[in-house]
Amino acid sequence: MFFFEKKNQKTSIRLGSAQWMKFFCFFLFTKRRLLFAVCCLGLLGAGEEKRSGYEDAGPQVRAMQDDDLANPAFLWVQQGAAVWGQGCAGCHGAVEGMRGVAARYPVVEGGRVLNLEQRVNQCRVERQGVAALAPEGDAMLGVTALVGLQSRGMAIAVEVEGAAAAHVARGEAFFRLRQGQLNLSCAQCHEQLAGQSLAGARIPQGHANGYPIYRLEWQGMGSLFRRLRACLVGVRAEVLARDEGLLGDLELFRAARGAGLKVETPGVRP
Amino acid sequence: MLPRRGFVLMAAAGAVLPAGAWAKPEEVEALIRAVAGGAVPKAGRVRLEVPELVENGNAVGMTVSLGADVPAGAVLTDIHVFADGNPRPGVAHFRFGKLSGGARVSTRIRLATSQTVHAVAVFADGSCWRDSVSLLVTLSACLDD
Amino acid sequence: MAVRPLLNVPREVRAGVAFEVRILIQHVMETGFRRDAVGMVVAQDIINRFECLVDGEEVFSATLHPAISANPYLAFSARLARSGTMVLRWVDDRGMEGEERVDIKVS
Repeated sequence: MFFFEKKNQKTSIRLGSAQWMKFFCFFLFTKRRLLFAVCCLGLLGAGEEKRSGYEDAGPQVRAMQDDDLANPAFLWVQQGAAVWGQGCAGCHGAVEGMRGVAARYPVVEGGRVLNLEQRVNQCRVERQGVAALAPEGDAMLGVTALVGLQSRGMAIAVEVEGAAAAHVARGEAFFRLRQGQLNLSCAQCHEQLAGQSLAGARIPQGHANGYPIYRLEWQGMGSLFRRLRACLVGVRAEVLARDEGLLGDLELFRAARGAGLKVETPGVRP
Repeated sequence: MLPRRGFVLMAAAGAVLPAGAWAKPEEVEALIRAVAGGAVPKAGRVRLEVPELVENGNAVGMTVSLGADVPAGAVLTDIHVFADGNPRPGVAHFRFGKLSGGARVSTRIRLATSQTVHAVAVFADGSCWRDSVSLLVTLSACLDD
Repeated sequence: MAVRPLLNVPREVRAGVAFEVRILIQHVMETGFRRDAVGMVVAQDIINRFECLVDGEEVFSATLHPAISANPYLAFSARLARSGTMVLRWVDDRGMEGEERVDIKVS
């Protein structure tokens, strides 16, 4: 099979932005913000609106992601397998046992949101007694790609009830917060304008179902935080620190917003 | 193991262009004529496949192969690829040896801006043919710092 | 070059029938045009030469320039008449070499 065989293109249906605006305004100006959050998630959970960034990418990028032997991310998955064998396998056994894990991350623990990278380092430092992996290093990207790969094809399903609800609400507030010199919120591009063109590429809905990804712009592998950082720099907003609680809340909200989409790790994006 | 003629040509290209200057279409045409031994290659017999609208210039899939109009028995030995809008015009020089299963190669290339990519094929009998694709290169939004 | 490339080569092929060889090598392919945070040019470092041979006979070779993407991917075809060892070799501007060997059985 050569590099340029095209796959079938998927189609999707979207509501117009006007309907969404009316819906948001109704809830935004009432005190029922938690109800608002839950209803939003419920509606997005309906499934017909949601679209993975894969579908907004061009045919070449999709072809790269579809073919494990042409997807550069698998170079990192290989490295992740080496790291897994050296340390993680001692307790966790074969990495196939991680099936389903990435689909339910991030989780709420001890009053904060914990994503997969933070969990890996927490395990290394507290239980293995070894040094944490450098955040954007090849080893960390490799391990998270490897673990994410075990959940490839499974639907994202994070816990949003109980202790998580407050984090989801805070994450959503950040998602809708206008910030930076350009005074843009995430929602303005990734909800209202999703599907329209920006500099030749289609604006995706901003789901995080393929991370860590091989991004053509980076010519390398990167985490969700790296991508968020680019967005915050893009609107000239203050870039929060990697482990900032608010970014964890945002990550949980995004995972909840993307519930039902299939995990695509390791994804390829332009 | 040195690629001989191709290497010398690319080195010459590097020497001719001053540092900081980008390739120009006329210089690429001169390189193509040099590859073809002074003649101007005709269009045909080699197929250059590159998407005409490129999402990100950092990794553009490209395939060069034998065209459909190749007469039986013709053996394609070398393919040179040039990009006339990049800082340097040379992209790659592919050679197909005795154990090749057919002159076809796929790779990913970098394109700095919208431009024309040229492929020049050299056959065993010395004849040269070419194919070109003009394309638009766009950039993704939200670049890193 | 400590990371092994992704390599896809069939281990058993039929005599005289062309088959595909695909390789993806991890390499930054630094163009020599980028500048670092303090404005200094980052030196060029690319894989400049790639060869594929079976028992010393050439299948495919390539001279690469900075216009080849990072983590270079190459797919080409080979056709063998008898069994042998395929050697894929590459070298970069710093002189670092990489090599992969695959025994291919021809029936």
